[in-house]
Amino acid sequence: MELYEWPAHRIHRGLVTGEVSAREVALATLDRIGQVESSVGAYLHLRPREDVLADADAVDAALRRGESLAAFGGVPVAIKDNMCCRLLPTTCASRILEGFHPPYDATAVTRLQGQRAVLLGNTNMDEFAMGSSTEHSAGGVTRNPWDLGRVPGGSSGGSAAAVAAGEAVVALGSDTGGSVRQPAAFCGVVGLKPTYGRVSRFGLVAFASSLDQIGPFGRDVRDVALLLGAVAGHDPADATSRPAEVPDFEAALVPDCRGLRLGVPREFLAAGVSPEVRAAIAAAVDLLVELGAEVQECSLPTVPYALDAYYVIAPAEASSNLARFEGVRFGRRAQGTSDYVEMFRRSRGEGFGPEVRRRIMLGTYALSAGYYDQYYGKAQQVRTLICREFEEALSGYAALVTPTAPSVAFGFAEKMDDPLQMYASDVCTVPINLAGLPAVSLPCGFSNGLPIGLQFIGRAFDEETILRLAYAYEQAADLRHRRPPIVAPRG
Amino acid sequence: MSVGTVEQRYETVVGLEVHVELATRSKMFCSCPTDFGAPPNTQVCPVCLGLPGALPVPNARAIEYALRAALALGCEIDRECRWDRKNYHYPDLPKGYQITQYARPLARHGTLRYAGGDGERSVRIRRLHMEEDTGKSTHEGMPGGTTGVDLNRAGVPLIEIVSEPDIRGPEDARLYLQSLRTVLLYTRVSDVKMEEGSLRCDANVSLRPVGTQAYGALVEVKNMNSFRSVQRALEYEVHRQAAALDAGERIVRETRHWDEKRGVTFPSRSKEEAHDYRYFPEPDLGPCALTEAYVEQVRASLPEAPGARQARYERLGLPAHDAGVLVADPALALYFDRMLAGGAAPREGASLLTVELLGRLNALGVTVGESGCRVQPEQLAALQELVASGVISGKIAKDVLDEMVAGGADPQAVVARRGLQQISDDGAIVDAVRSAIAVNPQSVADFRAGKKQALGFLVGQVMKATKGKANPAKVNEILARELG
Ligand SMILES: [Zn+2]
Repeated sequence: MELYEWPAHRIHRGLVTGEVSAREVALATLDRIGQVESSVGAYLHLRPREDVLADADAVDAALRRGESLAAFGGVPVAIKDNMCCRLLPTTCASRILEGFHPPYDATAVTRLQGQRAVLLGNTNMDEFAMGSSTEHSAGGVTRNPWDLGRVPGGSSGGSAAAVAAGEAVVALGSDTGGSVRQPAAFCGVVGLKPTYGRVSRFGLVAFASSLDQIGPFGRDVRDVALLLGAVAGHDPADATSRPAEVPDFEAALVPDCRGLRLGVPREFLAAGVSPEVRAAIAAAVDLLVELGAEVQECSLPTVPYALDAYYVIAPAEASSNLARFEGVRFGRRAQGTSDYVEMFRRSRGEGFGPEVRRRIMLGTYALSAGYYDQYYGKAQQVRTLICREFEEALSGYAALVTPTAPSVAFGFAEKMDDPLQMYASDVCTVPINLAGLPAVSLPCGFSNGLPIGLQFIGRAFDEETILRLAYAYEQAADLRHRRPPIVAPRG
Repeated sequence: MSVGTVEQRYETVVGLEVHVELATRSKMFCSCPTDFGAPPNTQVCPVCLGLPGALPVPNARAIEYALRAALALGCEIDRECRWDRKNYHYPDLPKGYQITQYARPLARHGTLRYAGGDGERSVRIRRLHMEEDTGKSTHEGMPGGTTGVDLNRAGVPLIEIVSEPDIRGPEDARLYLQSLRTVLLYTRVSDVKMEEGSLRCDANVSLRPVGTQAYGALVEVKNMNSFRSVQRALEYEVHRQAAALDAGERIVRETRHWDEKRGVTFPSRSKEEAHDYRYFPEPDLGPCALTEAYVEQVRASLPEAPGARQARYERLGLPAHDAGVLVADPALALYFDRMLAGGAAPREGASLLTVELLGRLNALGVTVGESGCRVQPEQLAALQELVASGVISGKIAKDVLDEMVAGGADPQAVVARRGLQQISDDGAIVDAVRSAIAVNPQSVADFRAGKKQALGFLVGQVMKATKGKANPAKVNEILARELG
């Protein structure tokens, strides 16, 4: 295994034993970025090489002084471009935040820096995390490392692609309706959406506040468990972060499923899920049974309405969250305007891309007098029902097993003209955000060389069980050493 | 054509919406200070600037203050009250929405009782909710045609107190506000300075023919910045609407602004009324989740209500007006209570406080409870006791008080040091009386000729000779005997 392919836990052991230095690790990743970034396009902003190496040198110096090393000390990491970080511009891949340097750090970023992680840069995404392909970015194209003609998924496509391509060891993304898990599935890496309230949202630029969670990407389950442990925990600066104790997630990783009852909700395998995905999930279920799990089919009858409810609630919250972008205090301001209303209109009109504008309009409409009960109110009722159904199902099962996405990665421009088709690629992930539950996606097979994602959904604040299942499956399926070929772009 | 006065023909129906800034040291959702008058944009942080990714965290002290006010107004408390977003765009509103309480306010169904023009008034409180203040737009000191935004005030905690339409006219509105102010001062939740904007008031006013029940079209009046201007604006509005109704016109539902200088209300641009605020639950904040024990603890900590205090003072023998003067100012009332605890007689003590001490403090530009007031309530009580027990006269007491105000000395010490004890010894007074009679034969003759004021002159001569220390009652008695 090349050094740039080492997982974080292997790097940690190497650093502690003196097998490698943090500088060597950082150089390996920087060299890898130098080789493939022009093909993949995972990053929006990379820190200067000398700054990255200075951080790595500081870790080596600390090791020489005999200081203890945290799990991500000296590990090259990437963050999504919607997490405030003083070392980088934070733009949410939007023109409206051009040149915005936050004066403070997101709590998750602070916690990683507290571990002396080596921050490489921030990654591409759909503008304001609205999208499922990273095509809605004002910052350029990110390509799927398994097939450069296909999308990496979204909205955290840059983070998923960076980890898959070896341009970062681990990365943080954010998941509002599947934005960590779906790109993890498309890029063949592991991605986890924590329970709502598990990870602080402070400093995460809000898309839909009641759904957003920061989540980890890694090339194996152990790295994802460790990274979750590094960023999780109560934060007094986020009133929605829960004071739940953070367990030792790594300790939950045992390679069997004995004694676990799992449900397979049939609504997640309904029409729209491709045959090869269905087949891969069926095979995965067989393997889980071999590993000692008891698996049954079950039903969550309201889930088919989840996508509709989500596309009311998320845009409604977004329409309000995005009201602050008007060019007065930060970000891009339209030039040559003569009054506030014109400045406001033109700054937003020039600054936001079409998908963001569409969702602001959808959300504004859904909250308007006379339509509120019909749309937002109804969607909240559906959400309540979905929460209840998940709660009931999970009282009988330790976790639920579903596909992460209905298909493998699709091609560029394939769904750009049809927003409803694009939205449908979140059909398996959105219900979990509405219910606030944790879910993890990991590779469970390939179709024509493209990875397929398997999703485990757990009880609230029980990430341990889904990590254990993912770990057991990963060890038994042994797909994790398959790496993307990264074919050079055509032309 | 119209018979009788406006008041005889129409009943005025007023509801008031009052915004009160809470006197917390930090803002509603961040830890920035709330001091008034700081240079623009110096009391701000990512949260109150509405920077991307910043999140609100409720200020527990602000919730406590709001709860104190709600309990003092006898409201029912919603212990699971929620936060909502009120969405609209304005340059001084950094997030593009205000965090407020819409569907589930902190409190409902309260009552404010106060003395009205003709007997006790009782106005129902519809709701009391918490919210954050906006910033301020300013043109002052800005280059021509540009607008500056000062966000120091953005995020300062407010409560909004909405009355039912139980207020029956302009004067009643002023009395309601004054009474509300007293309650807020007592609960120490706000310093209630209208001129600094810590109390702001909007009025909904309509007229209906006397004897009818249906409400007339509602006109909202804004921009009144003193209790007096509330009364004036409403008086103007009542007459304007009455004149329109008399002329057979319909009153349009609208928002009008009060112009203090011209003394008129005028319609504000209709755009402002077209707002659809798109309220929805604030997803960044959960419900308040106040425990019953906490609410009861706050309730138990409330000071005596103004109405109860007024009644207590009257039971002690104070005239209603004097009691009212004390009750209207919590600092004064608390001072008076300490005087009572220090042994002062209620009626005499109240007069010593409100007439003598306040008169002297006014001249110095300070008031009780401030560091400039060097007379402690216990010391003032002691002074009153010296008079009551005949140690010094009321006149001497004023001299002693001068010295107390200037130097903070104990009255007993001043009296002892300056030998001001009253002379009640008959022998010494008889000597002074005889001497006064001897050197003022003309006055003696005048008195005997029936000029009663001559007696006053002779008393004055005796007091002068005794340096004011003679007991005046004794002097009168002995003079009458010696002249008789
Ligand atoms: Zn602040």
